[in-house]
Amino acid sequence: MIDDGFIKKCKDIFGPENVLTDKAELITYSYDATPGIPSEIPGVVVFPQNTKQIQELISFARQTKTPIYPRGAGTCLSGGPVPLSKGVVISFQRMNKIIEIDADNLTATVQPGVIISDLNSAVSKYGLIYPPDPGSMATATVGGSVAENSGGLRGLKYGVTKHYIMGMEVVLPTGEIFRYGGKTVKNVTAYDFTSLFVGSEGTLGIITEIICKLIPAPKYYKSMIAFFDRIEDAGKTVTDIIRAHVIPATLEIMDKVTIQTVENYAKVGLPVDAEALLLIEVDGMGKDSVDWEAEKCLEIIKENNGKAKVAQTAQERDSIWTARRAALPALAQVKPATILEDATVPRTKIVEMLAAISNISKKYNIMIGTFGHAGDGNLHPTLLIDPLNKDELERVNKAIDEIFEVALSFGGTLSGEHGIGVAKLKYLKNEIGKSGIKTMRRIKQALDPDNILNPAKLVPVED
Amino acid sequence: MTAKTVFDDVETLKKELIRCMKCGNCMSVCPVYGVEQKESSVARGKIALGEAILDDKIDIDDETLVKLIFNCLVCKSCMLACPSGVRYDRIILGLRAAIAKKKGLPFIKKVLFGLLKNPELFDKGMKAFATMQGLFLKHEEQKVRTPRGLLRQFGKRFDEEFLLPEISKESFRDTVQELEDVEDAQATAIFFTGCSVNYFYPEVGNDLIYVLKKNKVRVITPRKQNCCGMPVMVHGDIDTARELAKKNIDIFEKVNAGYIITVCGSCGSALKHEYPIILEGDTTYEEKAKKWADNVYDISTFLLKIIKFEPPKGEIHLKVTYHDSCHLKKSMTVFNEPRQLLKMIPGITLIEMKKPDMCCGSGGSYHLTHPDTALKIAQSKAEDIKQTQADVVCTGCPACMMQLFESIHRWDNSCKVLHTVNLLAQSYKSEEKENV
Repeated sequence: MIDDGFIKKCKDIFGPENVLTDKAELITYSYDATPGIPSEIPGVVVFPQNTKQIQELISFARQTKTPIYPRGAGTCLSGGPVPLSKGVVISFQRMNKIIEIDADNLTATVQPGVIISDLNSAVSKYGLIYPPDPGSMATATVGGSVAENSGGLRGLKYGVTKHYIMGMEVVLPTGEIFRYGGKTVKNVTAYDFTSLFVGSEGTLGIITEIICKLIPAPKYYKSMIAFFDRIEDAGKTVTDIIRAHVIPATLEIMDKVTIQTVENYAKVGLPVDAEALLLIEVDGMGKDSVDWEAEKCLEIIKENNGKAKVAQTAQERDSIWTARRAALPALAQVKPATILEDATVPRTKIVEMLAAISNISKKYNIMIGTFGHAGDGNLHPTLLIDPLNKDELERVNKAIDEIFEVALSFGGTLSGEHGIGVAKLKYLKNEIGKSGIKTMRRIKQALDPDNILNPAKLVPVED
Repeated sequence: MTAKTVFDDVETLKKELIRCMKCGNCMSVCPVYGVEQKESSVARGKIALGEAILDDKIDIDDETLVKLIFNCLVCKSCMLACPSGVRYDRIILGLRAAIAKKKGLPFIKKVLFGLLKNPELFDKGMKAFATMQGLFLKHEEQKVRTPRGLLRQFGKRFDEEFLLPEISKESFRDTVQELEDVEDAQATAIFFTGCSVNYFYPEVGNDLIYVLKKNKVRVITPRKQNCCGMPVMVHGDIDTARELAKKNIDIFEKVNAGYIITVCGSCGSALKHEYPIILEGDTTYEEKAKKWADNVYDISTFLLKIIKFEPPKGEIHLKVTYHDSCHLKKSMTVFNEPRQLLKMIPGITLIEMKKPDMCCGSGGSYHLTHPDTALKIAQSKAEDIKQTQADVVCTGCPACMMQLFESIHRWDNSCKVLHTVNLLAQSYKSEEKENV
């Protein structure tokens, strides 16, 4: 598939310094951050600098029927960039310029390889933010997060990546260059292509330029931490806060297993006998409204038998978020490996979901710590495993099957923010049914008739 | 006898490698990745290569693989950013040891590392080089050397702008007493000088002794001490590293002192972290290595946390910016103490640069073996320093001092490079003058 002719063509298009062909180099493009999925070594890796090069490559790949795998920083949690059928990996690591920041129109136009937190530092000079904040934002690229429709901690109030994409340039699998959208807030011309391409996981087109929406950075914030003796009380606090029409920027939950592990590891002073804790931050442009929202949260916590502590200084705020950031590292210390899932349920079902996960943990004798974005129902049950233990791995797989089963039974979804990729492909039918899969195949076929773009991802090839 | 460690059997790396969940957080802090922007530059990529070796997907002596495994500063920045606590230092040094074992060391390394094992021969070699340095290095200004054509043959790094501090004709340890005694001493400490202080920065050593004596600490500087072993360890020569470690431990054992003081992040890191790792399972030395590791202190920690410290009172009016040596901060977790010390000196204004803990690009010998990447890392450091408009860039590691000195001149800055102890000593001295 990738022969000397193909490699020569790549070197002609991208320049030899932007083409990797040595096996050792290629091995480092055989994976992403997803545990337990197959890996494959690509035939060649290229680093484009501009759209024209990508167009040339696609035209050539189409003739030779070579699979193409676009890749950002490779922090994907569903297998998106893994080159399952070898082929060519297009790495956007070096196509990383911020083309324009338009503070008056509240937009930033970027190349796909820009790192999310770099974009945020650049726009912070104008008092603006780009809100999507996935856990990997210090390394993940805008392009990758657009392709995966990444979420983050602020999802509850600020939404996810798809809410911040106003237009794009895309190279289609047929080799055509296509632009849609722009800097206008309103735009109903043609189909809503943002909904099509954001979250398409590299299966419909190669994103080469992105117009992002920016918003003013909130001026005031208040953070608090609340402990509960009963998980039901924590769950009811979440729904009561929303019912009181307070939408916190972040509303995170940690279960008992996670609390104990974090305390054991980071010694931040969490009460280890608590059944659950909530981490809440409200923010806004006006001091009064932020204070009001914080008061309201405190009232509700009290009504639900919780004990709350409000951060009075920047340092106290930091220590609250240190506890949250320590969740994954702490869990990761317990066993050699972790599997981080992102099954998501309506927020009114969080308590049932936590109980179900706890039962699954007992049933299969797998340690599971659950934390996550309670406010938007996006939980991260984290399975702690030893990959060298075969028997345990089997139980882990069964436990994961069952987690998805209950999430769907509660009216939830397979993935809140990690995507389907290859990791969750086998469950897809359970959520969207046969007709859903047929629809996806028709869309894929219409845009990528030769099936060269990230094949066998997101859209199941076989039933 | 030594048990099987990651340095002896590459298979034992498996339990280290599986801890990596491939999250990629290391990309946000890796200086090499920052310049090269490709996966093999960063820890995650090298861990994947380690896995591929164990899975027989690639040979350990594959030419490109060897290059990639050696393309790392071992600055340990990634270990601080790692959420799952991957012990990357063991992985990268273990892989290099396995490569060295399979391929053997290149000729030049064999000669150099052989010299290090024999301190007398090494000392003679350095002194011979010091007298002949005029042949290779052009005298620029006092104590600064820039290479002539001859050295340029050895690689790109030695271009016309390359600067090196002059090698002292007399080594530091030749000029000091083995025992520098004080009346009413509050503690006795061994000074582990490291090679850079011994041959390039004797004034750092002199100032250290001066500062310790000011604080009533008896200083013992064993003349026969060896290289710490870090330079050979990072090249995979674990046998030489072990030999040096054992020799040094033997020397410490002979001296009646409770502490070891270092002024070099890498030496300190070797003694505190690497010795117990490389001597793991060694029935004679493991316990001794651990015991001494617990008593190794960077000078700043020693002054502030171990003894009763008498802050200097002499005023020096300087704007100072502090560069965190990677091994000092990321391995020894010393970063507050030097800043605290600087702030205690009357007249000094401490101005933080943009990323004070970003590597300077030295990596010991990395800047010689990988000049292109190292120069780019050095340039961004030089620019961050320039932006502070400081009169002095201060650091706690002579290897960083050499690199900073070089890059500051290369990118047109007149700022001075000093060690924290230089400034402390300066303040004590001006206090003495004031009192006179």
